[in-house]
Order: sequence, then C-alpha cells, then structure tokens
Amino acid sequence: MKVALTGPIRDALGGLASIEIEADTIRELMQRLEDRYPALAPLLDAGIAVAINGEIFRDRWGEVIPRHAEVVLMPRIPGG
Amino acid sequence: MSHDASFTNQKFKVIGTRVPRPDGIDKVTGRARYGADATAPGQLVGMILRSPHAHADIRKIDTSAAEALPGVKAVITSADLPDKVGGRRDMLDILENCMARGRALYDGHAVAAVAAIDAETAKRALKLIKVDYKPLAHVTDVDEAMRDDAPIVQPWVRTAGGDPNKPTNVAQISQFGHGDLDAGFAEADVIIERSYKTEQTHQGYIEPHACLASVGPDGQGELWVTTQGHYTFRTQCAALLGMEVAKLKVTSSEIGGGFGGKTHVWMEPVALALSRKANRPVKLVLTREETFRGTGPTCSTSIDIKIGARRDGRITAALATLRYQDGAFPGIWGMLGAMTAWACYDLPNVKSVAYDVLVNRPKVAAYRAPSAPMAAFAVESTVDLVARELGMDPVDFRLLNAAKEGTRASYGPTYGPIGIGPTLEAVKNHPQMKVKLGPNQGRGMACGFWFNFGGQTCSTVNIGVDGTVNVSVGTVDVGGSRASLSLIAAEELGVPYETVKCSVADTASLGHNDTTEGSRGTFSSGMAIIFACRNAVQELRARAAKMMDVPVEDVHWENGQAVALGTQHSNLQPLTLAQIARKSPQTGGPIAGHNEVVADGAGVSFASHICDVEVDPETGQTRVLRYAVIQDAGKAIHPDYVEGQFQGAAAQGIGWALNEEYIYGKDGRLQNPGFLDYRIPVCSDLPFIDTQILEIPNPGHPYGIRGVGETSIVPPLAAIGNAVSNAVGVRMTHVPMSPPRILGAIKAAR
Repeated sequence: MKVALTGPIRDALGGLASIEIEADTIRELMQRLEDRYPALAPLLDAGIAVAINGEIFRDRWGEVIPRHAEVVLMPRIPGG
Repeated sequence: MSHDASFTNQKFKVIGTRVPRPDGIDKVTGRARYGADATAPGQLVGMILRSPHAHADIRKIDTSAAEALPGVKAVITSADLPDKVGGRRDMLDILENCMARGRALYDGHAVAAVAAIDAETAKRALKLIKVDYKPLAHVTDVDEAMRDDAPIVQPWVRTAGGDPNKPTNVAQISQFGHGDLDAGFAEADVIIERSYKTEQTHQGYIEPHACLASVGPDGQGELWVTTQGHYTFRTQCAALLGMEVAKLKVTSSEIGGGFGGKTHVWMEPVALALSRKANRPVKLVLTREETFRGTGPTCSTSIDIKIGARRDGRITAALATLRYQDGAFPGIWGMLGAMTAWACYDLPNVKSVAYDVLVNRPKVAAYRAPSAPMAAFAVESTVDLVARELGMDPVDFRLLNAAKEGTRASYGPTYGPIGIGPTLEAVKNHPQMKVKLGPNQGRGMACGFWFNFGGQTCSTVNIGVDGTVNVSVGTVDVGGSRASLSLIAAEELGVPYETVKCSVADTASLGHNDTTEGSRGTFSSGMAIIFACRNAVQELRARAAKMMDVPVEDVHWENGQAVALGTQHSNLQPLTLAQIARKSPQTGGPIAGHNEVVADGAGVSFASHICDVEVDPETGQTRVLRYAVIQDAGKAIHPDYVEGQFQGAAAQGIGWALNEEYIYGKDGRLQNPGFLDYRIPVCSDLPFIDTQILEIPNPGHPYGIRGVGETSIVPPLAAIGNAVSNAVGVRMTHVPMSPPRILGAIKAAR
C-alpha cells in the first residue's frame, strides 16, 4: 500500500512524498518502518501518528488498516 | 470486553441538558483545595533562587552560608539532580529547565533552591547563596536569533540535515504541503504577500504553580500538585529523580487554570529533591513573578504569507514561512504552526515551512491550540486582503475556498465530515453581521482550526448499595469535565444525574491516563466511562437474573431497569439499578465497571468568529463592541460548559490580540512579570461574548463528541486584527495591537 509522508518524516527520508509498504495493522506498519528505514528511528522512538482515511491514531497500534485506505504518517501532536 | 467506538446517533435523555455544576459550591465557598492548600506535619517552605541574567556561565555556587543558617534544612543545586535518564535529550531538557546546569539560559532560570522552617528563613537563605556568574551575549528576538552572528543558546543543537559542525539556534525546519506552488502562483490573477509578528504571551492561569512534596527515607514519595496531568508528572518526576513509578503517588488538586502551561513539570522535581534531602515534606508555591519568568509561555513569532488567487475567487497557491521561538530548549511549536496554518482551506497548491528557533527566554509550553493562533493571524489577515483585492465579501471568499469532506488537508490526511463550511454559513446568517457600524468602528471575522486528540484513558464506575454511582477518572478536570462525565454515566446507566459523583483519582488508584490536553478530557474519559458503564450493566443484568431466577440472556437493560423479556417472564416486575444494588452483598458483592482504552479517533474542529471594534483615533485604544463565536463542537454534552469554553478562549484571544506581551529590555530581562504591567482583560474590557454551538458528530466517538476547549482561541487574533484594520483603514500586522502600535500604524500610513 502507499503510505504518504509529511513534515519531519518526509524530510528524514530525503524528501520522499510516499513509500510502498504492506501492513495489516499500525503495529505491523511501525515494525516494518523500523526495519526498513533506520533514519526514522529517532522519530519513531519519539512517537509519530498515523492517519487512516483521515482519522488520526497516536497509540492504538492494534488498529486494522483497511485495503486501499489512505495512510499518512504525521508528527505526534501535543495540545494545550 | 471490547467495545465499538463508532458514532451511533442514539437519542439522549440527559446528555445536552444544563445541569448544575458539581464543583460549584466548593469553588464559591472556598472549600475547594488548590495546589497551595495542602499541608503536612513538619512541612518546610521551599523557595527557588533564579538567574538575574539572560545568559550566563555559572562558574561557582557557594551554598555554605545558606546551609549554616539556623532553620535551613536543605539547599540544592543541579549537583543534587544528576542525570538519571541516561542522557535522554527531551528529559534532560526538562531537568535543565528545572535547575540550570552550569549555564543560566534565561532571566528567571532556577539556579538553586532551599527548604527552611518558614518563609522568612527561606528568603534569608536565598540571599546567602553566592552565585558567580559570567554574563554571556544573549538573544531574545526570533529573527535576530536566526542570524549567522547570533549568540548560540545551546551549543549542542544542530539543524537536522544541516551542517553537523555548525552550532545554530534553528533546532528544526519542518515542511508540509502538496501540489505545485510555482504553477499555482503562475495561474493567479492576484498575489498578496505580507509579513507579520506576534509577541510572546503567557497562559495567565489565575493559580500559580504550587505543590506539596514528600519523600521518605524508604524511597516512597507523594506529590500534591496543581497539574493538567498527574500521571505525566509522576512519570517525569520519577524518571528525573531515579524513583520507581509505583512508589510515587501523585494527587492532582483543583486547578485554577492551565491552558497547556501545566502539562509538564517545572519546579515539582525541585520540591521532591528538597524533601528527599531534608527528609521533611516541602511546600513550594511560585509567586506570580516567578510564574511569568520561570514557567512556559507561548512563542513569539515572525511569519510571511503569500496567497495567489484567480479573479473567480479560487485560491491557486498559498505559502507560509513561519519562525517560532521555542525559548531556550528545542520544541515543535513552529511545526505545529505549519500544520495548522492552512487547515481551513481546500488548496490545490500549498506549502508551509516552519523554523523552530532557540532564544534566551523561558522554555515555551503549550497554550490552548498551541501555535495555531499566530499562524491564523497571519493567514486570515492575508485572506482578507486577497478578498478585498478581488472585490469579494470576505465570508463568501472563505466559503468558496473552505475545506470540506474529501479535501486533502494541507498537513496530509483527507478530511472526513468537518464543520468549517457550516460555521461560515452561520457567520453569514448571524444577526451581528447586520448591525450597522458607526464612526471609527470596524468589523472583522476569521476562521480557526485545531486537531484535538484522545489518548490513553482508564476509568472505573462503582455502584453503591443505595444505587448511587461513583465515577473515577484519571483526566484532570480543567474545564468542567466532571459535570459532562457524570452526565455520560447517568445516560448510560439510566439514572438521575444527581446520583452520580465523578472524582479525579490519584495515580495509585487507576491505570495511566494521558494529560488533559488536546481537548481530550470529555472525549477520552467519556469514551472510557461509556464502556465502563456498559461493563457494569452486564454485571447488573447478571445480578438481576439471579434475583429473578431467569437466564441472564433473557434480561435486558432499559431506561435504568433490568427487564426480563419473553412471555414466560411477563409476571416479573422490572428491577431498578437501586433495587439490584441494594441486594448486591447477597448476589456477588460490589458491582462495578471498568475500562481502559486508547481513545484515538478524535475529530478535528473548526470555528469562525465575528468581532466589532471601535478604535479611538486619538489614543489608539480599542474597545470590543460585539463578539460572536461559532464552533463545531460535535455533540455538546453540557452546553453551558461548551459555551464557557468558547467564551473563555475568545476572552484570552482578545487579551492576546490587544494588550498582552512579554516585554524584554536590552539586557534580556523580562520587564513586566506581573498582572499590573502584563494586562490580561478583565470583565470591564469585554463585551458579552455570544456563542453558537454547531453539532457535527464525530464519527469516531459513540456520542459524536469532538474536543471543544482549544479551537476558539485560534480565530480571535485575526478576527480582531481584521476588525481593527477595517476601523482604522490600515492593515495591522503586529500583535498585540496595543494603543502605541495602532497609533504608530496610523501615523506610518499618513
């Protein structure tokens, strides 16, 4: 599936707009990102968010990623 | 038991009613206990010595005279707070902010602390501590800090992807966007470019930071503290002091405002370290001056905006360059500005570039929808200019370009159902838009966006033998969540609101809960309570089945009663919750429900504001005549509190727009650390703030709840900026729009 990259995540992979990666859940996605892209390690360690069809997930790694879903990696957001 | 978090569009009985607030009597009678209201036998008074320099090497700290003073029980410096986090940078930054480590990085940076038998002795002890400073060059302005010859705030900082050998104040550069910007601007008939500045503001919470810390010789500790997140405080304090998490119990007091400023620790590790050294409880209460100088305000910024549009009113390209100062420690505040800047609009070609920049000012903290108001000020001011250039009504121009379901957001994902369009339609139809303006008066409007989020949450529902209900939550109530969460429990269980009492549990009583930030309190704890109540209902059905002597699958829960369905049970009367609870000792013991959940799926939120002002052309003073807030709240659980959040955010925004700013002298010292010289709005400065709640359900919550607490601080700077600009006929580009700044702008335009 196509995973879109934004912000510091995109910059960490040399400006790539997206990557192809197969994963059924956010947990699998995170594991494969860690395995394939060592440059992402500091960002993954600090925590990132995943938007699936527009819904933003920060910690629910068991979430299933539907086939053909829009998947976007984005920074983890704090609030006030 | 797993539960479905999807929105179900159920019909409510008590949700949406305006019931009395459960904390009201305690707060108006003075019975509510805040951070400074705790006491312990033998407690000492803690005080902190702070740097008078904006930037200085600390060559030596001599504490011997202070330690020798009778009544002084402990004196600490950074030597008493060694690195217990293995060099983890984000935690080391927090530790260094709590206590300077060889260098004072800003005026007000803590350098030492004492614990003494009373305040007078503690003050005398502070004066006896001798600190040998070597003042260094400093920088407090964000644009100056980016220059090549600027003093370096943190020698270890390098820009990611930049020269690894070159120290810099630019801690991070972040980019967001999509499309072809050059092609978009080439297509434009009109291009407007402007630069803006906003000054640093403090959240201005009425209650300064305060805590009571106690650490015993057995390594066990307790902390009573005003905080937005006592679990986060526990995690951070335990890590920084090398304590086991389970051995530090943190209890959150009532909180007199936080707005993001109480989301991480400032002086609590210092209080714990003093207590550990003195072997006595230590109470540490910051003054207002310390709160200004030594805790986290929001950023000052410098922002460039460029928008291109066709004659038909469609924006073809949009570019924002944002420079946010993070104080003396790296943050992500500029990045958040870049993510939120264009979120209200459906843009084919858009880019935001943000610089997070270090300066010699306090460590920046979140402030209600952090970073979004400044970006919105710059964007929405320029949007008005483009509309004017095109000869279009500013609301129609925004409506034409507004994001909608299916729009690709400028920060990446595609929106689901959102409320920006409906808020703009509501602006068009609002009665305020029809009020005729007089001389020196102007009207402005602006839009705003905030993400909202959920996070880790844990709640318990306990049903008493008399049928009353205790709800325990781990999210601190900063904005009325105990009322909304009690309503949710009443709705789920089918009992009166008055029979439910919601309390914030200490860290030893519930599993981890994320901090109350990101407008998550009612969203996430509400979700956990719904699920906990549904678990309790399963148990209530089982107990009722025993009492009725029928199979549990025949027992249904309807309107707060267990009903045995089926003709074979037609002779059985329903059992109320109270009847089942009364028999609980004989049917299996206490009845409770519990749930822990990662409450992701928070819905994004939009607001549009309208502001009418009158500006005195002789003095430059602005009076806000009328103000209206229209926001998509998702389902409003307790409308009074939702409206209160809207009004409070607007009031803070009005202060930020017109008066509030940190003023630094050439010596890098803060010149106005008090409410006399840093003027927040009081009642007489404000009109009645009208509110309109739109309820566009969040599909990711069973009740359709979105967060409501933050979004409405985003539009005021721009709405007021547009109103003032229309009143005086000069575009205002610098916040706050204080009288001297308005007079200066008028004079410059002549």
